[in-house]
Amino acid sequence: MNRLTIDDIHRLYATGETRPSQVCREALALIARRNGSLNALLTVLDESATAAAEAMDAEIGRTIADKPLAGIPVVVKDNLCTEGIRTTCGSRILGDYRPPYTATAVKKLVDAGAIILGKANLDEFAMGGSTENSAFGPTRNPWNEEYVPGGSSGGSAVAVAAGYVPASLGSDTGGSIRQPASFCGLVGLKPTYGRVSRYGLVAFASSLDQIGPFTNNVRDAARLLGVIAGHDPLDSTSANLPVDDYLGALTGDLRGVRVGVPSECFADGLDPEVRTRVEEGIHRLKARGATVVDIHLPNMKYVVAVYYIIATAEASSNLARFDGVRYGLRAADARSLSEMYRQTRDLGFGPEVKRRIMLGTYVLSSGYYDAYYEKAQRVRALLVQDFARAFEQCDVIATPTAPTPPFRLGEKTAGPLAMYLGDIYTVTINLTGLPAINVPSGISSHGLPIGMQLIGNYFDEARLLNIASAAESS
Amino acid sequence: MPITRAEVEKIALLANLELTPAEKESFSAELADIVDYIDQLNELDTTAIEPWRQRSAGDVTRSSATRPDLVHPGLGQIRALESSPEQEDGHFTVPRVIGS
Repeated sequence: MNRLTIDDIHRLYATGETRPSQVCREALALIARRNGSLNALLTVLDESATAAAEAMDAEIGRTIADKPLAGIPVVVKDNLCTEGIRTTCGSRILGDYRPPYTATAVKKLVDAGAIILGKANLDEFAMGGSTENSAFGPTRNPWNEEYVPGGSSGGSAVAVAAGYVPASLGSDTGGSIRQPASFCGLVGLKPTYGRVSRYGLVAFASSLDQIGPFTNNVRDAARLLGVIAGHDPLDSTSANLPVDDYLGALTGDLRGVRVGVPSECFADGLDPEVRTRVEEGIHRLKARGATVVDIHLPNMKYVVAVYYIIATAEASSNLARFDGVRYGLRAADARSLSEMYRQTRDLGFGPEVKRRIMLGTYVLSSGYYDAYYEKAQRVRALLVQDFARAFEQCDVIATPTAPTPPFRLGEKTAGPLAMYLGDIYTVTINLTGLPAINVPSGISSHGLPIGMQLIGNYFDEARLLNIASAAESS
Repeated sequence: MPITRAEVEKIALLANLELTPAEKESFSAELADIVDYIDQLNELDTTAIEPWRQRSAGDVTRSSATRPDLVHPGLGQIRALESSPEQEDGHFTVPRVIGS
């Protein structure tokens, strides 16, 4: 697949070989050809994107010096609010919703010169790991259309993997950026909780959600993070800490870097091919000068249980706002207010969203709160301790991103638990709030991508990105 | 642990969800599977551990921050009502609540 990086496009702008309106036109032509089968985008903004690109044409040679994303077409996941532009969350309940404001992360992209080309498909309300739970049909993996692209940010991943755009935004609550990046052979970064404002991201699980980029290489991810990171008075959980020079941190120098390898993440249940490809990734870091140390994460076997208590509890509370009153769908002909709430939610939500609301309501209900929710928060505190101890011995932790290569459409839709268990390596990072990145690490025997996850310490994205750039296979 | 149909109906009522008989059937089996799985947390003795509480993770520089108490323009009534499926005279309208 012929995919250009942001640097490639900026070089072509600098020499005058192309200009934003032409890049935009070519991207729209590719979307017209391929999106019918890939279904990566739910909304294509051809008119506004073309107008924005044409307005940049004359000055682009100069703009690239001032704006890090000058003339770069991007897409954003359809759970990021865009003023006046349909924002569906992959759900019937928001099928025609046009938000009255724009998410901070999206606004920052536009301020940095990016052109928003479309809104990307996702599992309904970001709940899923395959993008098969969208009310608007599944997204397909461009490496092989019989396979899933991962999820929930499957549309954002495919838009980059299919070459529509060089970068996109997704959201990651339990792996929803890193796992589709792994399945589509991309770099996908979940920043530290609080590094990027969540204002305008439709909430799934507020203590876990974080916005991050998909790109073709680590350098572009560093550039995107530099644009979207930073304090936002509109998100009280966004951290008031300076934004590092992420591009400047990419020296490739790994002297003194210690890579922790937790044996618990290479145990039963890991596909042998994934193990081999990830071990090769760790060897690449070693070959570049890093030292490898054995570490332990003793509570790994509990992480999926903890995650599905906390994430569903928060979701059941967050999704209570969809009741047919202030926005979205409303069931017609209800005879009372409570009947309207129930009928609206029955019509509007798909099966996975209902299942998670049910589970979340159950674990929060009287008589079960202590046994489940409170217990899960105690184990979550243990996980935070485990990682604090691990980071006394190492600077970055290497694990697989997903326990298997991409699977076929329909392969895991029968039992929800089978799908949930695929999240084992990624959910831990949302529970602890740490930053982590997927780096492509080879191809499976079926010709599909495999990814390695690198986990950094809190707000240590500069070092994480530098180590990740050294792990890139090329 | 089995989850009875009556329990499923009670949870659905709490969650404001109207489920079909088929959904009640499948959720009762699926939720029981998931609850069985999450029950493995009981192996761990956590009595000495304080539950995790929301904070900006890792951000040790900030405790309880307050901001200046300034008035900023908000969304405003007209824009806030624009997305509503039904509205009248500057209000959201809903089906009858009292006496229904």
